[in-house]
Amino acid sequence: MSFLIIFIGVVFIARLFYLQVLNNSFNTPTLNNSAVKVMYDYPERGYIFDRNGVLLVANQLSYDIMVIPREVKPMDTVAFCTLLKITKEEFIEKIEKASRYSTRIPSTFLQQVSKDDYASLQEILYKFKGFYIQKRSLREYPKNSAANVLGYISEVNETMINNNPKYHLGELIGTAGVEKTYEEVLRGTKGVKFIQRDRFNKEIGSFKNGIYDTLPISGNDITLTIDAVLQQYGEALMTNKRGGIVAIEPSTGEILAMVSMPTYDPNLMVGRDRSKNFTKLYLDTISKPLLDRGLQAQYPPGSPFKVISALVALQENVITTGSSIQCFGGYKYGSGNGSFMRCHCETGGSPVALNVAIYRSCNSYFANAYRKTIDKFPTPTEGVNVWGKHAESFGLGNYLDNDLSVGQKGNIPNGNLYNKIYPNGRWRSTATISNSIGQGEVLTTPIQLANMTAAIANEGFYYIPHIAKKIKGKPLDKKFTTPIYTTIDKKHFKPVIEGLFDVFENPRGTARGSRVEGLEISGKTGTSENPHGQDHSIFIAFAPKDNPKIAIAVFVENGYWGSRWAGPIATLMIEKYLTGEIGRPLIEERMLKGSIQEEYDKQLK
Amino acid sequence: MVLFYFIFIFLGWINIYAATISENDFDLLNFSTEYGKQLIWIGFSIPIILLILMFEAKFYEKYAAIIYVSFLALLAGLFVLGKNINGSTSWYAIGSFSLQPSEFAKAATGLAIAKLVSDKLFNLKKLSTQVQALLLLFFPAILIILQPDPGSALVYAAFIFVLYREGLPFYYITVGFIALFLFVITLILGYEVTLISSLVLFICILLYFIFYRPRAFRKGWIKIIGIYLMSAMFIFSVDLVFNQVFKQHHRDRFNIILGKTVDMKGVGYNTNQSVTTIASGGFFGKGFLEGERTQGNFVPEQKTDYIFTTIGEEWGFVGSTIVILLFVAFLLRIINRAEQQKAKFSRIYGYSIVAIFFMHFVINIGMVIGLVPTIGIPLPFFSYGGSALWGFTVLLFIFIRLDANKTYEW
Repeated sequence: MSFLIIFIGVVFIARLFYLQVLNNSFNTPTLNNSAVKVMYDYPERGYIFDRNGVLLVANQLSYDIMVIPREVKPMDTVAFCTLLKITKEEFIEKIEKASRYSTRIPSTFLQQVSKDDYASLQEILYKFKGFYIQKRSLREYPKNSAANVLGYISEVNETMINNNPKYHLGELIGTAGVEKTYEEVLRGTKGVKFIQRDRFNKEIGSFKNGIYDTLPISGNDITLTIDAVLQQYGEALMTNKRGGIVAIEPSTGEILAMVSMPTYDPNLMVGRDRSKNFTKLYLDTISKPLLDRGLQAQYPPGSPFKVISALVALQENVITTGSSIQCFGGYKYGSGNGSFMRCHCETGGSPVALNVAIYRSCNSYFANAYRKTIDKFPTPTEGVNVWGKHAESFGLGNYLDNDLSVGQKGNIPNGNLYNKIYPNGRWRSTATISNSIGQGEVLTTPIQLANMTAAIANEGFYYIPHIAKKIKGKPLDKKFTTPIYTTIDKKHFKPVIEGLFDVFENPRGTARGSRVEGLEISGKTGTSENPHGQDHSIFIAFAPKDNPKIAIAVFVENGYWGSRWAGPIATLMIEKYLTGEIGRPLIEERMLKGSIQEEYDKQLK
Repeated sequence: MVLFYFIFIFLGWINIYAATISENDFDLLNFSTEYGKQLIWIGFSIPIILLILMFEAKFYEKYAAIIYVSFLALLAGLFVLGKNINGSTSWYAIGSFSLQPSEFAKAATGLAIAKLVSDKLFNLKKLSTQVQALLLLFFPAILIILQPDPGSALVYAAFIFVLYREGLPFYYITVGFIALFLFVITLILGYEVTLISSLVLFICILLYFIFYRPRAFRKGWIKIIGIYLMSAMFIFSVDLVFNQVFKQHHRDRFNIILGKTVDMKGVGYNTNQSVTTIASGGFFGKGFLEGERTQGNFVPEQKTDYIFTTIGEEWGFVGSTIVILLFVAFLLRIINRAEQQKAKFSRIYGYSIVAIFFMHFVINIGMVIGLVPTIGIPLPFFSYGGSALWGFTVLLFIFIRLDANKTYEW
C-alpha cells in the first residue's frame, strides 16, 4: 500500500515535470495568449494651425454603431433602418456578416455616423438591444483649403503593418502632406488595455487590475508656416486654372503659401465616403487633383532662369554689368538657317546691357552670356558642369530635402548628359544654348523656383523651404535654420536685382502692367514653351526690394505668357500679404474670374 | 495529521479564492461568493470536528452498523427527496445550501467495514465472509451509481485494498489488475486482436505445461482452460460493455486518454484545457492570482474537480509538486498511525480512509494531468464544496479520535 502511494506520487510528479518544465510548447508568453485581449485606446491626433494660430485641422468625433448579434432582440426593424438611412436588405446583410464573425463579440454595424445622426440615435438607441455607439475621432478641416499641404490620413494597409509593428489593423496613419511628414508628432502614443477574457472570449474585466495598462498620450499640435489667408487667396486666384503657387519668406525659408490647382476639398478624405472619394480623385487623370503641382510639377522655367544665366556669367567674369550687345530680333548662334533664337525684346539694335536685358527679357543677351560662360572652359563638358554647379547651388536640379512629403528633382543638365546625347563628343556650347533662357533640358518645380527667388532676394543664400514653424515640445530641425550659400558672390546680385526691379518700374518693363503703387516689387516674367499646348505663364517675384518679406513663384499651365496670368497673380499675392488689402480691384476680378478651361479642353481633343 | 489537515484546508481555500475571484466583488466576507461560502463551510467544520472528538472512541465501533444503515437510508431517500444538480440526484437541498450524503457515506462505510472485519470470527479467506464484506460495499455503491454518480461509487473499489490488508487473498487484487489491464488493452487494440493474441499466448502456456509440467497439466488443465475462457469472455464483454452499457461521454473520456480521439474543443475540451493550464504554469508558476487562464475561467469546474489546475498554473511545478508530496506524506502518515493501532477496528478504519483518500488523490490529479479518464470526484480538502469538505473532515477526524484512544484497551 505504502509502495503504491509513493509510486503514484512519483508518477504524478514525473508527469508534472514533463508538462510544466520540459514541454515548453505550452508556455506561451504571458501577454500573448488566448486569455488576454489587448485593446488599444487611440489618442487624439494633434491639431494643425497656420502661422497666425488659425486652426487648419481639427478633430471631429465620429460615431460607429456597433452590434453584438447575440444580444439583438426582436425589434422594430423598419424604424431602425429609417433612422440609419439604410434599406432592410442592407440591415439583414450587415447583421449576417456580424454574426458570421462572432455572435458574442461586437462588430461594426455602421461606420462613421454623422454628428447629427448621432444626436437623434442616442435618444432612441436604447430601444434596440444589442446595438451601441462607439466614438472615434476623425479629422476635420475647418478652412476647406490647403488640401495638398495638409494631406490626409487613411487606414494602414498590410504592408505598413508588416514594416512597422507599432501599427495595427484599423489604425489611421498620415498618408500625404503634413499628416505624413509629421506623423510621429501628430499621432501621439496610444494607450493599451489588457482585458481578461473567459473561455467564450467574453471580456470579464481588466487584466491584473490594469497594472500593464497605459493611458493614451495625445498627439502634439503643429504650427505651420502657412498663412491661411494668403493660402486661401491664392487658391481663389487660381480657380479654373492649372498650376501652382509657392510663396516663401526669404529670411527664414518658411513657406507662406503653397497652392496647387486643381485641388480638392480635404473634408472629402474623411468619413464614410473617404475611399469612394479617394478613388474618384485618384482616377481623375485629366486634372489630377492629388498631384501637388507646387511640389511635383516640373516645368521648363523659362525667362526667370535668365537671372541664373546672368549671375553665373557675372561670377565667371565673362560679362560685366556694363558690357552690352546688340539684338536684332534674335540671336544667331550658327551658320545654318535653323541656328537662330528669336527674341522679342524689341530693342531695335540699340546696345543692350544687363539691366535692359533683364527688364526686356532679351534672349540674345543671355544666350550670349551663356555661350561665353561655357566657352571659357577648354571643353564644353567642363563648361556645362561648372555652369550646372552654379545653378544647383540655388537648390535646383535636386530634392530640397525639406519636410514635405513629396517632391521632384527637376533637372539641371551636366556635361555627361550631352555626351550621351551626342556620343561622338561633337557638341559645343551652342547645342545647349536653350538652357540659357530656361528651356532646353532645364526643368524646375514651382517650389524650386520660389526658393531660387528667395536666394536672389537674400543676395546669395537660402534656407531650406519648410512647412513646420513650431512643434510643441520639439525644436525645429537644425537644417531649416542653417543658411545655405550659393556659389555666386554677393556683389553680383545688386545689379541683377535692379534689373528685376525695373521689370516693374521701367516704363518698358515686361511686368509694368502688374506694378503695385507703393510696393517695391522685383520680379521676372516667364513664358515657357512646352510640348503640350500653349506656353506656360510663369512669374517670380519678391518684395520689398530691400529687406524682402516674400518671395513667390507662380506657374499657370498654358497661360500664354508671363504677364498675362502669373504676373498679376504673383503681385496680387504680394500685395495681399504685405498690405492686407487689394488696391487693384479690376485686375483682381479678372484673375478671380478668369478661366483657362477652354485651353485645357483643347488638349483633350 | 491535524497539521496536514489545516495546511490542506488553507491551501485549498486560497486556490478556490484564486479560481473564483473576479475584480468586481472583492470582499473577503461576502458570503454569496464561492470563496465566501467555502469559508463558511470551513468555519462550520470546526464544530463538526469538536463534535466528532467529543464522542467516545467506542461510540463509533458500537454504533457503526447503525450509522451505516442510516446513511444507506439517506442515500435511498435521495430518490424521493433529492435535488437534481448536473444530472445527478445526489443532493439534499436545505435552503440555499445543499448536502451530498454520498460524501458522508464513505465514512459510514469505512466504519461498517472496520466493524465487520474486526470481528474475531471474521475470516476473509472464506468465501462467505468475502461475500459479506463485498455486499457491505455494494449497497452504498449501487445506490450512488443509481443517482447516477459512478465516479463517487468508484471510490468504494478502494476498500479492496483494505480487505487485502486484512487477509483477503492477493488473488482478488491480481484478478482486478489483470481485468483492468485486459480492459485497457482491449480498448486500444480492439477485441479481435486481443482475443487472437491472447489465444496465441494461451496456447504457448498450454504447450509449456504439456511438455515440461505434464503432471501439473493433468492436475490443473481444467483450471487453466477455465481461466482462459473467462478472460476471453471478459475481453469479449469489454467490447460489449464499452459499446452498449457505457454512455457516449464515458467512451469519449476513455478514448481521449488513450489517444484515440483528438478533439480540442468538444469532448476533449476539459482535459485539453486542464493540461494546457497546468503546463502554462511552468517551473515557478505565474504567482498568486496571476494565472490568466484561471482568471479567464478557461477550465470548466475549476473550483471543484479541477482545482489542481489553479495550483498548477499559479504555483507551477514547484507548487504542485509540494502539494503532491504533502499528500503522499499525509497518506503515509495515516498508514503509519494505522499500523500502530492496537485495536483492530481502528486499524481497519485507518486503512479505509487511506484507501479513500488515495483513490480520490489518484483519480482526481490523474484526471487533471491527463493520465486517467475524466471521472468527476473532488480532491480532498482542496475542491470547493461543503459536503465534500465535511465528508473528508469527518472521515479524518473519526480516525484521529480513534487514534487518540489507542492506548486504551477495551
